[in-house]
Amino acid sequence: MSKSLRQARSEARGDIGACRDDFPALAQKINGAPLVYLDSAASAQQPVAVIDAVAEYHRHIHANVHRGVHTLSHRATEAYESARDEIAGFINAGNRREVVFTSGTTESINLVAQSFCRPRLRAGDRILLSQLEHHSNIVPWQLLCDQTGAELLVVPIDERGELDLATFERQIESGVKILAIAHVSNALGTVLPVADLVRRAKQQGVPVLVDGAQAVPHMPVDVQSLDCDFYAFSGHKMCGPTGIGILYAKEALLERMPPYQGGGDMILEVRFEGTKYNDLPYKFEAGTPNISGAIGLGAAVRYLSGIGMERIAEHESKLLQYLTEQVSRVPGIRLIGTARHKASVQSFLLDDIHPHDLGTILDHQGVAIRTGHHCAMPVMDFFRVPGTARASLALYNNRVDVDRLVESLAQAKEIFSQ
Amino acid sequence: MNRAANDLSTAELRELYRELILDHARSPRHFGKLSAITHTAEGLNPLCGDKLRLYLQIDDDDRISDAAFEGSGCAISVASASLMTDAIIGMRTAEAVDFSNALIASVTGRDSPVELGKLQALQGVREFPSRVKCATLAWHAMNSAIRRDHNPASTE
Repeated sequence: MSKSLRQARSEARGDIGACRDDFPALAQKINGAPLVYLDSAASAQQPVAVIDAVAEYHRHIHANVHRGVHTLSHRATEAYESARDEIAGFINAGNRREVVFTSGTTESINLVAQSFCRPRLRAGDRILLSQLEHHSNIVPWQLLCDQTGAELLVVPIDERGELDLATFERQIESGVKILAIAHVSNALGTVLPVADLVRRAKQQGVPVLVDGAQAVPHMPVDVQSLDCDFYAFSGHKMCGPTGIGILYAKEALLERMPPYQGGGDMILEVRFEGTKYNDLPYKFEAGTPNISGAIGLGAAVRYLSGIGMERIAEHESKLLQYLTEQVSRVPGIRLIGTARHKASVQSFLLDDIHPHDLGTILDHQGVAIRTGHHCAMPVMDFFRVPGTARASLALYNNRVDVDRLVESLAQAKEIFSQ
Repeated sequence: MNRAANDLSTAELRELYRELILDHARSPRHFGKLSAITHTAEGLNPLCGDKLRLYLQIDDDDRISDAAFEGSGCAISVASASLMTDAIIGMRTAEAVDFSNALIASVTGRDSPVELGKLQALQGVREFPSRVKCATLAWHAMNSAIRRDHNPASTE
């Protein structure tokens, strides 16, 4: 069947199954078996549209941006800046000045900690996080605490992996200077009630940073409707390249924030007596940026929009439900993370098999999952486990992937039952 | 997957997780602390979270009179530590370090100049490059303990 016909039929069925063919990496065999890629929460595969956009840039467009009068520099600038426009539209930013290119979520969070928070914090001030955070939304705040004498306050979670909202209510009223919170937990898949949390924080005048790395690839995100002050995410988790990410920030805040790094491109005028900084968002983009990464991310956003984030969310939600049901049936399975509202992730343990051993056995059958602490050690501590096995979904996964996962779990049991 | 590929794949896995390894992983020998400790070191494998502490009792004759370990990790790292403690008790430290280096060479695919005996069971990791660090963790920790190196032995 030709691709277009197959695509037309699957679209008529309302599913997005045909998009799998857009991802060349998924067509390979690993250890003799067709690859089953269930590690998109660590990094998602890229569609041809992204691979080609990056290659085309390197073949025909590459030059430095915002600098030359020559044709290539103009083309590179245009491609880089139109990627910014695509991304601004994708998350419904108020305008393009609110979209800063960074190297990823980690840099975005460090930028906010150092540029926005550091000048405002005094000893004894509080920074509110949750127990679900990825290390990249913990460590930048610990560094800030060391620098300012501020303290971390942590919203606890319950056995399902949901936030303890009653405790949050008390904590948000205790003189917090910033709330930094995940939109979706990378280790457990819990979707946090971010809009509600932002509303409560606003009532207390607390600015909010949302770590959206695990949300943007899986659901429609509208930063204006969330009303958060900062929203951070990474390109490579949403089918774009590595080394590129976004900090969305409200323009009024960015205007008042000092630059995060100094260098070329972030200035209008440099004199030894003093330097005049560039306009937004360039004030926060010192040095030659990751031009090809930005163009690749623009292509990823175009690709995802073409399918539609609503459809992707629906597809993944059904598939996650199927995965959770199927995996639950394996004798000896313990699910870690059973929140009522989840996206794309299921963590689990099997019998007393260490997750790392499980990962090796699955990999040997072509099934790629993540094992370990998932850069969320406080979550592992809460469940008193050294780590988990984590299967995570993206738009290109299907029921066959889930069935193969379950088969390989059965083999792991067999090997360990010697 | 076709049957031949499947059989091959299963054979390699069974080579890695052979009975001796699973036995030592489930019931590690010399697990716990020693009453008298002269040398100790920690081993960390940040990739998979393996963490163990090794205790040695080395007598005036430079001989390892007792050894034990505590910690948690995957089957390979626990079995390796268990097999190691079994093997090194009674060795002189220089002999233990030589043996350790030979074992590390052996599981990383280089030929081993000494007879490893049942520790050859660890050679199954050769086909699994990401697991070599699990097999060598305890051995690196032992080398550190004997050197009295106070930094945790890391496989990174």
